[in-house]
Order: sequence, then C-alpha cells, then structure tokens
Amino acid sequence: MSHKIKDATIPHIPTGARISRWIGRNLIRIYAVFAFTYLFIPVAYTFAFSFNDSGKSNLIWKGFTFDNWKNPCGAPEVCSALANSIKIGFLATLFSTILGTMIAFAIGRYSFKGRSTSNLMIFLPMATPEIVLGASLLSLFLVFKINPGFWPTVIAHVVFCISFVVVTVKARIASLDPRLEQAAMDLYANERETFRRVTLPLVAPGIAGAALLAFSLSFDDFIITNFNSGTLTTFPKFVYTSAARGIPAQANVIGSAMFFLALAIVITGQMVGRKRKVSA
Amino acid sequence: MTKESISAKGDLRLTRLTKSYGDFTAVDDLSLVIPEGSFFALLGPSGCGKTTTLRMIAGLEEPTVGSIHLGSTDITTTKPYQRPINTVFQNYALFPHLTIFENIAFGLRRRGIKDVDAAVTKVLDLVELPHLAQRKPTQLSGGQQQRIALARAIVNRPALLLLDEPLGALDLKLRRQMQIELKWIQKEVGLTFVHVTHDQEEAMTMADTIAVMNEGQIEQMGSPADLYDNPKTAFVANFLGQSNLIKGTISGNDGDSHIVDVFGQKISLQKNRSHAVDNSIYAGIRPEKFRISRLGTPTSGNILTGGHIEDVSYIGVSTQYQVEMPWGQELMVFEQNDDGVAPFSKDEEVNISWEPIFTFGLRGDEDATAGSEVNPEELDEE
Amino acid sequence: MGKIRTPYLLLLPGFGFLFTFFILPIINLAQTSTQTPVGGGDTGQYEQTLRFSNYVDAFVENKEQFGRSFVYALIATLLALAIAYPLAYAIAFKGGKLKNFMLVLVIAPFFTSFLLRTVAWKQILGEEGFVVPTLRNLGIISDSTTLTSSAFAVVMGMTYNFLPFMTLPLYASIDRIDPRTLEASGDLYANGFTTFRRVTLPLSMPGVVAGTLLTFIPAAGDYVNAAILGSPNTKMIGNVIESRYFKIVDYPTAAALSFTLMAVILILVTVYVRKAGTEELV
Repeated sequence: MSHKIKDATIPHIPTGARISRWIGRNLIRIYAVFAFTYLFIPVAYTFAFSFNDSGKSNLIWKGFTFDNWKNPCGAPEVCSALANSIKIGFLATLFSTILGTMIAFAIGRYSFKGRSTSNLMIFLPMATPEIVLGASLLSLFLVFKINPGFWPTVIAHVVFCISFVVVTVKARIASLDPRLEQAAMDLYANERETFRRVTLPLVAPGIAGAALLAFSLSFDDFIITNFNSGTLTTFPKFVYTSAARGIPAQANVIGSAMFFLALAIVITGQMVGRKRKVSA
Repeated sequence: MTKESISAKGDLRLTRLTKSYGDFTAVDDLSLVIPEGSFFALLGPSGCGKTTTLRMIAGLEEPTVGSIHLGSTDITTTKPYQRPINTVFQNYALFPHLTIFENIAFGLRRRGIKDVDAAVTKVLDLVELPHLAQRKPTQLSGGQQQRIALARAIVNRPALLLLDEPLGALDLKLRRQMQIELKWIQKEVGLTFVHVTHDQEEAMTMADTIAVMNEGQIEQMGSPADLYDNPKTAFVANFLGQSNLIKGTISGNDGDSHIVDVFGQKISLQKNRSHAVDNSIYAGIRPEKFRISRLGTPTSGNILTGGHIEDVSYIGVSTQYQVEMPWGQELMVFEQNDDGVAPFSKDEEVNISWEPIFTFGLRGDEDATAGSEVNPEELDEE
Repeated sequence: MGKIRTPYLLLLPGFGFLFTFFILPIINLAQTSTQTPVGGGDTGQYEQTLRFSNYVDAFVENKEQFGRSFVYALIATLLALAIAYPLAYAIAFKGGKLKNFMLVLVIAPFFTSFLLRTVAWKQILGEEGFVVPTLRNLGIISDSTTLTSSAFAVVMGMTYNFLPFMTLPLYASIDRIDPRTLEASGDLYANGFTTFRRVTLPLSMPGVVAGTLLTFIPAAGDYVNAAILGSPNTKMIGNVIESRYFKIVDYPTAAALSFTLMAVILILVTVYVRKAGTEELV
C-alpha cells in the first residue's frame, strides 16, 4: 500500500512551479471551458428569461413564473409560426435528402464525364451568400408572377440544403470499403440486392445525419425565408419582427424546449449507438 | 439479368489470361489448370499479379484477353454472383451491419436455399464458434473474424474457394494455428481451395501445389518439396527460402553428373537437376545442406576449401555462419545444434562440404539476386 | 449501357432542380441588374435597357457598406478561427471519453434559434443588462459608452453565430491527425510551437480552409447581426440589399449589389482556395 517515503534525495518541486506547470498542461482545457461559456451564455439567458413573469415585453426580469411553460401558445402567432417552420423544415428535408443522396451516389460512386462540373455545381450554392440566393429566387418568382409564401419557401430551403446533404452523404460513401460490396456480389447478391442489403444500410447513418442537418438549417433559416415567404410567418421570422417591440417569453420557452429536445435526441442516439457497439 | 448461378464443377482452367491497366500488364499470358479438390497456392511478392488473377477467377475483374473455364463451362464474362465460387477476402469484408449469423446466411438467402438455420449452425460448429452467432463483426477478435469469413464462404459449398491473403492480418502464432486448421477444413469439406499469399512458409505448409508468380507470369509450379529442392530459376531459389548461388562453368561429365568448375575447384551436379542452357551455370545449394569442417577433418561429397568464418549467429535450433570464400563471395551456412560439436567461432579457417545430390543448377545468365530483395512481409497491393 | 447512363439519371432530378431554382434565378438577377424604371410607370415596374452603369452607381453609393461587410466578415472570421482552433484541438486531443458529448455541445446552441440568441446578446450587452452597469461601476467604460449599437457588438455577434461552422470542420481535420506524428515531431527536436507550425497546422489546413469559408461567406452577406446589434453607422451591404428590395422596391440596384457581392466573394474564394492549395473541398 502507499507508504510515504520521507527522503531528502527525492527532489521537491516548489509550489509556484507546480501551479504554473498545471496551468501549462491544462491551458487548452481552460480555454475550451471559456469557449463553451461564450457559446452558452445566450442559451442560458434565453432559458432563464423563459421563466420571466414579463407580460408583453421580455426585456427586464420581473419575477419567476411557470406560466409561460404551462401555456407556450399564449402569445399570439408563436405556435402558428412554429408549426409553419416545422412543416417547411419537414418538406425541405424530405426533398433535399432524396435529391442530394442521389447526387452523392452519382458523384461518389461513378466516374463519368462532367464529374468535376458536378462538384462545382454543388459547391456554388454553398459559396453564394444567403441574401443573394434569397433575393435572386424572389426575383424569379416575381417574373413568373408566383406569390411568395409556403411553397416558394420550401423550394428556397431545398436549394441551400441540397449541397449540405450531398457533402455529408458523399463523405459516408467515400468511407465505405468497396470490398463489402464485392463480398456481397461474391455471395450471390446481384447489383440490386447488393445495393439494398449492403450499400444502403451502410450509408444510412450518413443519410440520417444529412437529414438532421438539413432540418436544422431549414428550421433556423431567416434570410432566405424572409425573401420568399411573403406574409407567411415562420418561427425565426416571428422572433425578428417582434424583436423591436419585445419578444414574448413564450418564444424563449419554445427555443429552450427545442434545445433540450434536440439535446435529448442526440444523446439518446449516441448512447444507443454505443450500447450496440459494446454489448451483443 | 439471370439470377440462377451456374452449377458447374470440375477443374479450373485459365487459358492465356492477360489483364492490362493502360500500359501496365498485371497478368501476362497466364495459363494454368487447378485440379478439382486440390489446395492450390499462388505465391509471389507484392505486385506480381496474383491478386489480380484471383479477382478474375472471382469475377471481380474482367480479363483483357483469355478465358476461364470451370469444368466445361466458360465463366470468363459471367457476374461474380453467377459463379459457384466464393472468396475469403483480405481483411475479411464481413458486413458490419449484420450479425454473424446473418453474415453467414447471406449467400444462402440470396440463392433461396431452405433450411438456412441448419446450414449456418453446422458451419459455425465446424469453425468452433457457435456461441458468436448473434454478435456483430466488430465485437470479434481478428482470428474469430477470419474463421467467420471462412464459414461465410464454405457454407455455400462452392466449386472453388478463393482465399486472398486470409491470414495476413493475424499475428504469427495465430497464423500458424490457422494454417493447420485451414488445411484440416479443406480435407473435411473436400472443396478446391485457391490460396493467394506472399508468405512462402504459409504456402508450403498448406498447399499441395504452389505456383510461384513474378511479374504477371508463373515462374515455376509444383509441390512444395519440388520447388524447394529443385528450383528452376534464381527468383524461385531466392523467394522460397534462401539459396547460395555460386557462379561456375560446366567443364566435363561423369556419367549422370556434370563436373562444374567453380573458381578453380571442382564440384559435381546431377544432370537432371540442371536448368542451364549452356556451359555457364550457377550451382545452387541451400544453406542447411552445407556442412562446415575444420581443416584436416575427413569429409565426403562436394568440397570447397579456403573458407573463413566472418560471422556467427546463434539462433537456438541452429547456428548461422557467414563464410567468406577465396573468390570473395560470402556463403550462408545453417548448422543444426544437435551433434554436440562445439560451434565454430569467428575467423576460423574451414572447408565446406555437401552431398552432390543436393546441388541444383541454374542458367548462368540469370540475375543471382532475383527474388531476394523483395521483402515478403510487406503487405500485398490490391 | 445502363452503367454509363446511371450517374446521369441519378443527377438529373437534383441538377434539374438546381438549374431551375439556382442557376436561372442568378441569370435573371443579372438581367434585372441592368434594368431601369419604366417612364411614368408604377413603382416596381422596370424595363431592360442594359444600363451597366447601374453597377457603378450602386457601388459608389454603397461603397462604405461594401467595405464594412468585408472588413467585419474578415475580423469575425479571424476571431472565430482564434476561438475555434484551440477548442477543436482540445476536443480532438483532450476530449477523452467526453469527446462526443463536447461535440454535441458545440452543435447544441444551434437548436435555440440563432435569432433568439442574437436578441439575447442584445439584451445582455444592452443598457438593462448586467454587463454595462458592471463595467461602468468598475470604470472600464465611460458612462456614455454603450456596447450595443456598435461595430463591436455586430462583429461579436457574427463571431458567435458562425463559431460552430468554424469548429466542426476544424475538428474533423484535427481529429484525423495521428497523435504519434506530434510525438514524432517532439522526438525530432521540435518544441511545442514548432510542432504546431510544422506539423499540426499543415495537417489541419483542409479544416482551416473549409471553416473560414463557411464563416466568411455567410458573414459577408449577413444583415441580421447588423440589424439587431448595430446602428445606422454599422449597416452592411446585406442591410442595403434588403431595404432596396422591401422598402424602396429598387430591384435593379438590389440585383446589381447582390451580383457584385457574389462576384467579389467568388473571386476571393477562388484566390484563397488556390493559395491554400486545397482544391478538393467538396
């Protein structure tokens, strides 16, 4: 067992040196803690003020209440805006994931004429500022006398989500061992069966990740939405337009709830994944 | 797209097979017959074309020229899933998203075979891993994965089983054990095994017949003993074990033997063990066939005098000596440590002798270092 | 036969969509940018007159906002890099068992709407928040100095909002570095700083390029941070384009500004990517 040896020959490290060494070793960890604090200050603020007994304007702390959480749709328009955002996010995710996955397979799996042009075509929407994407699409809709609103917004979201889906799924396809598909063919699976039984299940986590990314990009988008949604209100648009006169605490409730919901989903997903890896 | 696989059986025949990628010829006009039921090894260094040959047999590559027949059926252009041939892939290629059971059942299900359960259980018993059926591949050790890969292939009872460096990822001890097991399983199931490897010891342990490949062609084919005792080329002599190749000239004949003059000394070599085309010859002797003797000790057979021990390495079962000869060449000698004679020491003056029947002869215009510079341990290319 | 056609069939729907709703709008934008108002027509009625001087007018009129957009975006990108690089490094090399959890923490703020978080900053840094009174009491800032409605607040807001976009690609490329290469560098007489400069940084370059692009491009076109955290003196080009579209209904100028912004960004990106030597971005 531990047995303290008092021996003059063991060199003693002075306390000052020890502290500076500890700081040196952990400098980067301390830095990370500060960075995380910076990231979370407004999240914590939003969460705290979701309990504010504020009335209309949620600017100054007036007292603690659960009322906002009990009645999140209490403020006018909050919940209809949220519903619009979810609907748009769902449709944009669906279309961009399907179209983007097809493109990712074409680029990731085949060598064909025009492959580098295709890569450029995927890169361009990412290199275009949102305001240009939104403004140009609005101009087009105006030329064809299409009124901005729900579907124009969905289309606009699909445009900027596709590239992110392609990049995410392509990375997954690239990390796939080609021998697995060869092994399937060797074991009497034809091209279609190989795709269905081996390729698709192995790429699926990438597609799921891409869909999650597409949804969060769409759900949180403001600039492109602002140009193409007309009178339709989405959740970010609601926050922006009510920012001037004070955002109702119910918006903080919804923002915080989304935060905890997403956190719970991601962490559960990771724990399930890890469990599957470790045990049988 | 035809789904049913060909039910061909019989010997595998490769006829004038060539595979080129642009200017590079991976396999060059290769012809070969692999008899049904044999354990056949394709042995060669990285980039010799052995893996490409295997992939063409499996249907994963199409030959540029030539044909592949299984029995009387031409399978040159059929799809991999139409061939009654299965592969144990390098690094196994087990499906990570499926359980071990489903991995093994994969081929059976694709072919619509009934009673999958019984077949999978039986093959899991054969590889002695029945308790792992419900695990995922990532939860298995390398040796276990190797056996599952084997089970996944042989459960289909293919006419031909291809093994692509199947033991390359295992450590030395496990590799030795698996070599013996593979050989036993091959006898047990009675399938034709074609084994690709760069490890000469592995090929010699398992295969009935070995084809040594170099630069897309077969250098020599035969039983392990044939190849080791009587190599035809310097490449084979050096790639399979070690060889001492001594330059000489055929100066006369004595019945069934040639008399070879090596730097003024005469040795004898059986005519039927010589592959020389003219008088110029390399006399080849394996290091363990040499005996070292002190000056004045009586010896028999072929003798080369004037040796000087340059280096001694004691390695347990044997001692390795580097003996410098009067013409400057260093010969390698392995002596078993079994006769109680004290090992010779550095700087001793000695003679070297051996039985004439162990000498083999190679063409004198060969590159005596061919096959010795490749590192057999380096990983094979795709 | 089928094999040759397959990739094109897979590309067709997606690229058809992108052509219709991305390329066509850009072409249309280019056309709009040279139009002029119809004489005697209503507000918002324009005709094509190929007036290229729209560009000159638009630029001259708004060169301040243009300059501000790029300067703010550049500072925000550099700040984000300075914060994100050590963070990504810490997660990749010191994260241990908490690695995945820390990654989740980087993404997590995303899920609270970025507008809510930006408004939160405005209130935290505002007159009623606790930061300003504290700093005033400590005498760090004078009584007349405010933190919001300033260039500082706008740049800080942008840095904050794009931080995850910087951190994730950085993490992806730093995590791929084999820690043994860093040990090898130390073994070969490089000190910590030299190891970073000669080994870590070059190996993480793809992440640096991707992260800076993902931050700079949206930052240059952003107008939300300037609108919420800034003042009339911190207007960026995005604010101008927005108001030309919605308030003034001056489509040609808005189009000319958008097109110029896009062109400048594309040129900068191309030069940057060439210099950084990372062509394979996507």
